[in-house]
Amino acid sequence: MRITEHPILDFKRGEEVTFFYDGQELKGFEGETIAAALHAVGVRVLGHSQTMHRPRGLFCAIGNCSSCLMVVNGEPNVRICVEKLKSGMRVETQQGKGCLK
Amino acid sequence: MPKVKEIEILIIGGGPAGLSAASAAADLGASVLVLERDDKPGGQLVKQTHKFFGSKKQYAGDRGYQIGNFLIEQCEKNPKVEVWNETTALGIYEDGVVTAEGQGKHLKINPEKIIVATGASEKMIAFPNNDLPGIYGAGAVQTLMNVYGIVPGQRVLMIGAGNIGLIVSYQLLQAGVEVAGIIEAAPTIGGYLVHASKIRRAGVPILTSHTIIEAYGQESVEGAVIGKLDEQWQLIPGTEQDLKVDVICLAVGLSPLTELCFQADCQMKYVPELSGHVPLRNKYLETTRLGLYVAGDVSGVEEASSAMVEGRLAGICAAYSLGYGNDVAPKLQAEALAELSELRAGPAGQKTLKGIIKLMDKGGAAC
Amino acid sequence: MLNKTGIPTAEDVKTVSPSEERFNKGPVAIIECFQEIPCNPCTEACKQGAIQPMEDINNLPKLDFNQCNGCGVCLSRCPGLAIFIVDATYSATEAIVRIPFEYAPVPQVGEKVVGLNRAGEELGTFNVHKVQSGGQKNKTYTIWLVVPKDLAMDVRGIRLGGIRHAN
Ligand SMILES: Cc1cc2nc3c(=O)[nH]c(=O)nc-3n(C[C@H](O)[C@H](O)[C@H](O)COP(=O)(O)OP(=O)(O)OC[C@H]3O[C@@H](n4cnc5c(N)ncnc54)[C@H](O)[C@@H]3O)c2cc1C
Ligand code: SF4
Ligand code: SF4
Ligand code: FES
Repeated sequence: MRITEHPILDFKRGEEVTFFYDGQELKGFEGETIAAALHAVGVRVLGHSQTMHRPRGLFCAIGNCSSCLMVVNGEPNVRICVEKLKSGMRVETQQGKGCLK
Repeated sequence: MPKVKEIEILIIGGGPAGLSAASAAADLGASVLVLERDDKPGGQLVKQTHKFFGSKKQYAGDRGYQIGNFLIEQCEKNPKVEVWNETTALGIYEDGVVTAEGQGKHLKINPEKIIVATGASEKMIAFPNNDLPGIYGAGAVQTLMNVYGIVPGQRVLMIGAGNIGLIVSYQLLQAGVEVAGIIEAAPTIGGYLVHASKIRRAGVPILTSHTIIEAYGQESVEGAVIGKLDEQWQLIPGTEQDLKVDVICLAVGLSPLTELCFQADCQMKYVPELSGHVPLRNKYLETTRLGLYVAGDVSGVEEASSAMVEGRLAGICAAYSLGYGNDVAPKLQAEALAELSELRAGPAGQKTLKGIIKLMDKGGAAC
Repeated sequence: MLNKTGIPTAEDVKTVSPSEERFNKGPVAIIECFQEIPCNPCTEACKQGAIQPMEDINNLPKLDFNQCNGCGVCLSRCPGLAIFIVDATYSATEAIVRIPFEYAPVPQVGEKVVGLNRAGEELGTFNVHKVQSGGQKNKTYTIWLVVPKDLAMDVRGIRLGGIRHAN
């Protein structure tokens, strides 16, 4: 959910853009991270761990912990908490380690 | 082979310590380059919406993000300061070369002096299901909420009643999110009591001597079980409580981000009062590796107010050692040192002082 | 107890309360700052010299009730949101409590809001008499709340949207 009214901060959001999450068309704002855009629409489970298949979500949000790896435009292991959203991006849940094409 | 960037003073980290170091050194005439891994400098300050403590000299009464913007402007205005955003320092080598990654490129920098101001990283605690989505570090909650304007969930359990736990709870309330409670394993609140009172009167319970037993939920957090601890920090059976929350926020402390100091072969020491391993250094903040200074949380987790003064001190010392500001530097150094002792004189500063004494007893290099 | 719960006790509050006599003279600051921390904006905010300058920045603020005119400048500067103004002379039965406020939305003049005590418990619904903006930069609002006289030293917070829990 996005904050609409805040006592201290004004949020200057970029242009509204469309992106794809596992094929589903979603909206977000340019300049925000992919993780922010997904959280704004309530997507918190970003993938599952390799061996135990435990759900994985955002943890540090600054690119430190690798808890948020997804496939972006075909490239696996992208830390979506620091990767900025761009129009038309394809963001997909990663299966396993991901392989470089 | 990438071209090597030559610079007089390289500052790693663009938080309050790094930015203050940059303008102090540049004011004396040195050329400075700041590396910041984020897309904007400011460090922790950019996420702080509350008014800061301290005195006028440390911009007390202004809000954290306002102080951050002010420090950024100060650097932007100074032609002697260059800031490279989205650039992460990777290594400090024996020959003094620093490598970095920026916008997909591998960079090499050859500075005469280095100031490490990388801040701190968040600690984690162990409990069953602590890996569920919906469990965040306090910094992540702040980033989502105060940088991107997105709430992390509907109802939050905060773990830790230090300043960070208290302040992030307040920020959650300001963003319209319910805080079910703040739990703290220690018998007393660690953060400033004025922060605690402000949250308490908004109706948020603060439970000291309480811990989290487990988190539960299928795909993400659906609740948490907490319980009360006795004087030996053992769980008292029968005190378990089930809280329905969709977010658990961890604010259990920070530890200095010192990888680069280890790598640079600075002599390190574990000092619990300073929250972890920190480099030995002299009172001018120079480490045992000559020409390498530290400032801010990386040299012991403390406050933005002291980080700014330490940054200023390190900046002055580094510039002075290069021959700048011979007439004014000693006076400026003395002023900064006096400000630091003033900030640390009270009960809140005792821990830091104790830690620093431990650190300095072996002595660092001479400035 | 304050350091276990965040709730200042009656004894704590007593140490910062003026006399009955002073209350009867008009608005006065109540500085609920009970812990030594490195902080001093309140001392610099007061142009009446009512809050004595601190020798050590970690000292507790010291207020001379007789020099304080209740102007409220310190209230809007205090980073701890720990200062309140009480005017016990508002009417025969009511007092005004001025409370720092940093939530959204901001209440309107004339609106009825819930008054909360230091533990966040609801004490009733009260009328908002005045709303003062802290300005573009400061951003802390001051809410003037009309409360029964005997609650003037208890009401320390407000909440919009009516009573939530029966108590
Ligand atoms: C919730 C919260 C509330 C706080 N409230 C207060 C308060 O009221 N008053 C107060 O005085 N202090 C407060 N603080 C503390 C204060 O924010 C910190 O002590 C201060 O920011 C430390 O400054 P710093 O420059 O050392 O580190 P940071 O602010 O952490 O900055 C370090 C910077 O270095 C960058 N960096 C790290 N590694 C690298 C690398 N390898 N390459 C390039 N860049 C790198 C980081 O991205 C970051 O920008 C608060 C902190 C938090 C989290
Ligand atoms: S209310 Fe005004 S006069 Fe009284 S202490 Fe505060 S600033 Fe000073
Ligand atoms: S400004 Fe507020 S928090 Fe700071 S010393 Fe004064 S009363 Fe206490
Ligand atoms: S959430 Fe930690 S790296 Fe993205």
